[in-house]
Amino acid sequence: MPVPPLPAEAIELGAVASDWRDSVRIAGAALVRSGAATPAYSEEMIRMIEEHGPYVVIAPGLALAHARPGPAVLADGLAIVTLADPVSFGHPHNDPVRVVLALAVAVGGDHLGAVASLANVFNDSDAIDALASATTIEAVQHIMGVA
Amino acid sequence: MKIVTICGAGIGSSGILKVNAERVLKKLDIEATVTAVDLASLAETARDAQVILTSAEFVEAIGKTFADVIVIENYFDTQELTEKLAAALG
Repeated sequence: MPVPPLPAEAIELGAVASDWRDSVRIAGAALVRSGAATPAYSEEMIRMIEEHGPYVVIAPGLALAHARPGPAVLADGLAIVTLADPVSFGHPHNDPVRVVLALAVAVGGDHLGAVASLANVFNDSDAIDALASATTIEAVQHIMGVA
Repeated sequence: MKIVTICGAGIGSSGILKVNAERVLKKLDIEATVTAVDLASLAETARDAQVILTSAEFVEAIGKTFADVIVIENYFDTQELTEKLAAALG
């Protein structure tokens, strides 16, 4: 199964984020642009982190923001934001974050194929560096295996 | 062998951990079912689990359990997963 849809509107390079919440909002806005989520989804993703801590920073430099399936999700989708300046999420090992992924899943239980494809991309330990230094939308899509 | 992966929503990070744990277990030739759940469903799913894979944030919330709780730092580092699973199951 391929990674979730990652159109150009869902990719933002060199974004300026004042803190981790801001970086998640930028990624959430990218999901809104691509039609995968409503603006409420950004706040849901932030709430997950406030509630459970910075566990979404699942690898050095990479945050995988997400919330549960629900009315704020309009379609499966992925957004990728690279940051001009890294932000700290408060993770003991994997800060600072340079790349924020936002994942929207429409139907719970239906997503493991999509998540497996993310694992395929990022089990290559060079992928996060490559994304962080990508200068074009096409390069990001290529790294993610969608172009 | 039953292994449970946990995250807040039960969709993103726990799913990645499930996929990579399955890969590692196959390489280690260990038969196990790996289930990804959110914290809220943990009590029921993990009752008979031998191993719980998660990140440090959830250890306290998991509370008392008979399972080995393994904390994973880099979800994409299959080397880390291999070493920690082999140590717990070996």
